[in-house]
Formats: sequence, structure tokens, C-alpha cells
Amino acid sequence: MPKISRQLAAGMVNDESDLVIRVRNVSKTFVLRHTHTLKETFVAIFKRKTISSRFEALDDVSFDVRKGEGVAVLGYNGSGKSTLLKLVAGIFPPDTGGIAMRGRVAPLLEVGGGFHPDLTGRENVYLNGAILGMTQAEIQERYDSIVDFAEIPDFMDTEVKHYSSGMYVRLAFAVAIHVEHDILLADEVLSVGDERFQQKCFAKINELKASGKTIFMVSHALDTIQKYCERGILIHDHKIAFDGPIADAVAAMRAM
Amino acid sequence: MSTATSEWVTPGTSKGLLSVITTHRYLLQRIVRKEMLVRYRGSVLGWIWSYMKPTVQFLVFWLALGVGLGRNGAIDGYPIYLLSGIVLVNFFSEAFGNATKSLPDNTNLVQKIYLPRELFPASSVLIAFVNFLPQVVVLLVVCVIFGWHPSLLSILAIICGIGIVGILATGLGLFFGAINVSFRDAQNFVDLILLVAMWGSPVLYQASVLDSAPRWIQIVYNLNPVTPAVELMHYGFWGGILPDPSVAVGFTWYTLIALASSLVIVVVGQLVFRKLEGRFAQDL
Repeated sequence: MPKISRQLAAGMVNDESDLVIRVRNVSKTFVLRHTHTLKETFVAIFKRKTISSRFEALDDVSFDVRKGEGVAVLGYNGSGKSTLLKLVAGIFPPDTGGIAMRGRVAPLLEVGGGFHPDLTGRENVYLNGAILGMTQAEIQERYDSIVDFAEIPDFMDTEVKHYSSGMYVRLAFAVAIHVEHDILLADEVLSVGDERFQQKCFAKINELKASGKTIFMVSHALDTIQKYCERGILIHDHKIAFDGPIADAVAAMRAM
Repeated sequence: MSTATSEWVTPGTSKGLLSVITTHRYLLQRIVRKEMLVRYRGSVLGWIWSYMKPTVQFLVFWLALGVGLGRNGAIDGYPIYLLSGIVLVNFFSEAFGNATKSLPDNTNLVQKIYLPRELFPASSVLIAFVNFLPQVVVLLVVCVIFGWHPSLLSILAIICGIGIVGILATGLGLFFGAINVSFRDAQNFVDLILLVAMWGSPVLYQASVLDSAPRWIQIVYNLNPVTPAVELMHYGFWGGILPDPSVAVGFTWYTLIALASSLVIVVVGQLVFRKLEGRFAQDL
């Protein structure tokens, strides 16, 4: 195994004025409960069986993200990288340590997660827009642009359950990418649709980055991720194993 | 909003129920709309069902209890007495029952995106309220047929009765909804509470049956917030067709106590909800 330089961003940053994400000494351990009813719990206690087991997902992780940075979190399955993204998104709190964010966050954690199959494309744009934190005025203003981006103007009054999977993800992605945000959190969602649509997503995300938006994403697609991000944080064994330029992070991961 | 000026916030924190009714009102509105749109999809009669259900329910009770057991002769305007209580308890059951189940029903959203989670029980109560409105329409129609002459006080009583039940269902829904994430026993327990609620308040009979009961039983009976709420509905609708509506001794006090205890339950529910919220995404 090559030498992996371990650089905690916390130690490198002196000027804090342009920080947008601050993660300090974050640890997370999951308690997996084996019982789901009171009766099972009592029976398990009575029989002295284990009612839960512990699983450490992250151990003392610290880093900072600056405004306009494109940061990718890398790591193998089970390394804790998705947990890290969920902590940053606020889906559950860390056990110890602290996370702070500055600015409006657009969570892009699962494309179409908030879609309802029995509603039309139009209704879903409004519903999903609201779930992602857009106001009514914002959705109305961006509606045409969303439809245009998804390239399905003729299907907006069709229920999304009749959509092809490509149409479905295009519309969902179009809504998400139109959320007014300062920080975009993404989990494996930037590789949706066919190659042409991916080109379009890439162009859109570059446009967002050029306007000073921050991107914080988790991905397995090592080639794609290098197009979006210039910095990589490699998580290995629940700790940060490398934090630096994306090419080096990818190389470090491949060498593991 | 530029990053330079915005404040540091901890992800996954909100002001709970307050955030839901202030910053997330539009989302709440959209969720209610979604439920309305999908409710009767694929049915020919659509929203007519919302009017049919209370009408049939009323007819069944009226025939079985009123004609069958001879209650129509014993209580003036018995159909209205019955219906005004039943619709309120229906609202309570749907709001409280669905709020308790709201988090498992929205697992996908809870695990994928941070929203103030109070949103889910709160929207269940709101949806139940919208479903309750057609029942009120049926009730009003029956009242008008029986010669309803409401006073300002009857209208106030109705609003107050509905308000108590709405607040109570929100508070209990937050409490049991949060527990239900880890222990699905909660939703079965709530079904039992709802079964008892129907008989623990004067819906199918009059509160005067307790006149000969010990004093403490009467007090406990009236401390159930649903009891004064049902009596407020009786006063507002049923009282409006009686020549001389009267209320029981201490009724105003019990109403105020019900309002206060419902608000206390909301606060307790919110505190418990907040305490357990951190485990929702991993326990669902």
C-alpha cells in the first residue's frame, strides 16, 4: 500500500470567511435493534439474547468545504461515505462532534424520491419542488425551464407512472437542479439518463459551479466524478484516509 | 441569499411544529393537495363517496339505535344528536390514527431528505380535516331539514369543538407517531384508544346516563377532552334545532380544561417527538 498523506482540512484552513461546510470530529455508531415490538424486547431481555448490536460507521472525521468547491467523497461499500453525506444532509445527527452549514442546501439524495406515481408530471414538479424547499413563486418562475431541461413538454399532463424510466429520472433531475441553492448535496445521482442527457447535466453543473455554488457528492463512478470535482476525500475504515486533489484521491483509492 | 451573510446552521434541526406552519406551509398545502388528487383516482363516483359514507353511517346508526332500540322517541332530534357526535369522532379517529402511522408511511422521504418531521403527523391531521368537511356538509343539510336556527354561540361552539379535537389529535399523533417508529405496537394501541373514544364520550348516548354515577366518574369522564368537544358539537348543531338548548353544569369549565389539556398534550408530544427524532431515519 502506498503512503497515503493524511491531511485534515481542519488543519489547513486559516481563513474561515468562505467556508460553507464545517465538519468537526464527527463520529457515528449505529445501533441495530433486533427487536421491533415490545413483546420481542421483553422476551429477548428475559432470554438474555442481545437486543441490539453496534456498528461503527464514522470515527472522528473532520474537514471543511469552501464556497465554490467541488468535493467528492470516495470509498468502498461500507466505508461510511453515504453515512457522511446523510449526516451533512441532516437526515440523522452525529453521536459526537458537530456539523455546520452556511447557505441554502439542495439535497439531491435520490432522484424522484418524492414523486407520486399517480400524479401528473406537472403536479409532481410542484410537489417535488416544494419538498426540495422551493416556494410557489420559484417553481412557477422555473416551471418552463424545468420542462425544457427534461425535454418532455408533451407529457406534463400524463401521470408519471406511464413515463419511461428515462423520462422519469430526467424530470426528477430537472426539478432538483433548478432548486435555488448554495450547496448541492448529491448521492450517485449525476449519472442519470442517456449520454446526451448526461452531457447536459454536466454542462448545467459546471454552470452552477462557475456561479460559485458548492458541490458535495458521493459516488462510485470514479471517472465521472473527476469531471465535477477537484477535491476528493477518501474514507477508509470509517476514517479519512486522504483529502486532497481528486486525481490523487482516485489513485489512492485504486491502489488500496 | 449569499453565503457570506447567512448564518451557520446545524443540518437536521428546525423549530418543529412551528417551522411546519411557518416556513413549510406551501409544502403542507402541496401534500394535502396530493392526497386529495389521489384519493378517489380510478373511481367513477369520486368525491361523492365522501358524502355517501357519513350518510350511510348515519342511516345505519339511526335505524339500529333510533328505530331498533327506540332512541328516536327518547331524545328529540336524535338523528342530529347522533350525526354531530359521529362526524367529530370520525375526524378524531382519522387524524389521530393516520398521524400515528405517518412516519412509516413516508419512510422514503424521512430517509432521503431532511424536512421537519413534524410535517408528516401535521399533514395527516390536515388531510383528515379536509375529509371531515364533506361530513359537515351532510350534517348541515340534515340540520337545515330539521329547522336549524343557529346563534353566534352555536357557531363558536362548533369551531371550538373542532379546534379541540384538531389540537388533541396533533399532540397525540406526534407522541404516538414518534413511538411508533421504534415500536409498531403504538399503532395497535391507538386503534384501541380510538375504539374506546367512541364510547368514552357521549356520541351514541347522552351524558345524562352518568347522572347517577359517582362524582369522580363524572369528573374523569369530562376530563377526556373529546367529551366537551362532542358536547360543543351537540350544542352547536343539535342545540340549534331544539326550542331551548341547555348545557350541563360546569360545561364552560370543562371546555376550557379540554382546550388547555389539548395544548399541553401538543407541547408534550412535540418534546417527545424531538427527543426521538434523531433515530427516525435509521429505525424505520
